[in-house]
Amino acid sequence: MIPFGYQRAEDAEGAVATVSRDPNAMFLGGGTNLVDHLKLGVASPGLLVDVTGLPLDRIEPLPGGGVRIGAGVRNSDLAADPTIRSHYPVLSQALLSGASGQLRNLATTGGNLLQRTRCVYFQDVSTPCNKREPGSGCSAVDGYTRYHAILGASRLCVAVHPSDMAVAMTALDAVVQVQGPDRERHIPLVDFHRLPGDAPQRDTVLTHGELITAVDLPSLPTGCRSRYRKVRDRASYAFALVSVAAVLDVGDGTVRDVWIALGGVAHKPWRATRAEEVLRGAPATEETFRRAAEAELADAQPLPDNAFKVPLARNTLVSVLRDLTRRDLTSQTPEDS
Amino acid sequence: MEAEITLLVDGARRSLTVDTRTTLLDALRERLGATAPKKGCDHGQCGSCTVLLNGRRAITCLALAVAHDGAEVTTAEGLADGETLHPVQQAFLDQDGLQCGYCTPGQICSAVGMLDEARAGWPSAVTSDVAGAAVELDDEEISERMSGNLCRCGAYMGIVAAVRQAAGGESP
Repeated sequence: MIPFGYQRAEDAEGAVATVSRDPNAMFLGGGTNLVDHLKLGVASPGLLVDVTGLPLDRIEPLPGGGVRIGAGVRNSDLAADPTIRSHYPVLSQALLSGASGQLRNLATTGGNLLQRTRCVYFQDVSTPCNKREPGSGCSAVDGYTRYHAILGASRLCVAVHPSDMAVAMTALDAVVQVQGPDRERHIPLVDFHRLPGDAPQRDTVLTHGELITAVDLPSLPTGCRSRYRKVRDRASYAFALVSVAAVLDVGDGTVRDVWIALGGVAHKPWRATRAEEVLRGAPATEETFRRAAEAELADAQPLPDNAFKVPLARNTLVSVLRDLTRRDLTSQTPEDS
Repeated sequence: MEAEITLLVDGARRSLTVDTRTTLLDALRERLGATAPKKGCDHGQCGSCTVLLNGRRAITCLALAVAHDGAEVTTAEGLADGETLHPVQQAFLDQDGLQCGYCTPGQICSAVGMLDEARAGWPSAVTSDVAGAAVELDDEEISERMSGNLCRCGAYMGIVAAVRQAAGGESP
């Protein structure tokens, strides 16, 4: 680990100004990913600006409905928040399926969005990786690909985004609030993370020095249901092979509206717009769910070790939609949402 | 680069100068002699370095010491009241919740923090209704909530029994 300076941010504007003018400076949140990267040599900043002391640790109702989640809210506190549990169970479930209790107590909302891929080659500085070192090549594309992308990848990078929280937030139409040196930005989460294309070193659309200050969730229609399901190699404390976040609004046996995102399949949380199109206005039946899942995965391009992800994603999506139409499901958005 | 920090470790106020690269785990073990938290993987994957950080369970290998200036740290060593073990420590002995013991201080701190979370009504990934108020710590809930602590000896049966005992459940 190379030596670095450390500063505690006094306010968001000052933190943004400091990091903006120093190309070797980085923001520090809970540290559960960045400190690992310092040890591994994946990141080597000259200055860390600690933003955990900023007053961004609140979960507040928004005037027009919905909720604002401060970027510093810890993953554990967000998952346990009564409003999130009752109105956005998909988000609590996603958070609780990620990492472990003692990691969630440290990890922040902003940091969770900005965590980097767990691709083994990205984390191993002895191997080429276009994301870590642009132009050096991709070790994964002809290597071990069990955990890699089946949708939206490029020849330069087949890594997947590791977050569970971001998958749920993508289904929930979250908007990321960003403070920059010159202006604030409101970025829909579906546009926040990038596909790798020819610049896999860029995970998001943020520019250097921009700071996430909050994530806004819109309110959901009364009576709709939501759910997160994660499939992995062991029962707990592992990253997703495939995950599904879905919000479903059904009336008189017809899908009134639906919001779906997939995790573990792409370089970003994958909003399943094709499946949503098939479902909207269609009868809420197993046959429709199956057609929707097939439409979403139709263009999947699996790698040698991960062809299983295509049927796994299809089946998990159908299963989650089936669960959401069960009569006895407990989690449902309350009347006062 | 160096920084002056103060930590309250198991009830004692300790001031020290640390390199900014020093993790909280290394500060505790190498600088302050608090060797209850163990270095297992050093990458946030095993849980053996778990302590109570300002009362909540947290790993210390991915925490920079400088970022936790002023924090209150309770290690497994600081849980006992003199010669009287903490109920979770006693439960690990009663239920054979260990073999080699290397992961045990982390397991115990994690269990203490986890029991507080459950008492506060926090759901887990296996809780069927996350909006429900009360949590019943059956074996599935205990296993899920303790999944951040690995045990290479495989003493999980005893660990689950110990946590069940400490939670006030039956201890067969």
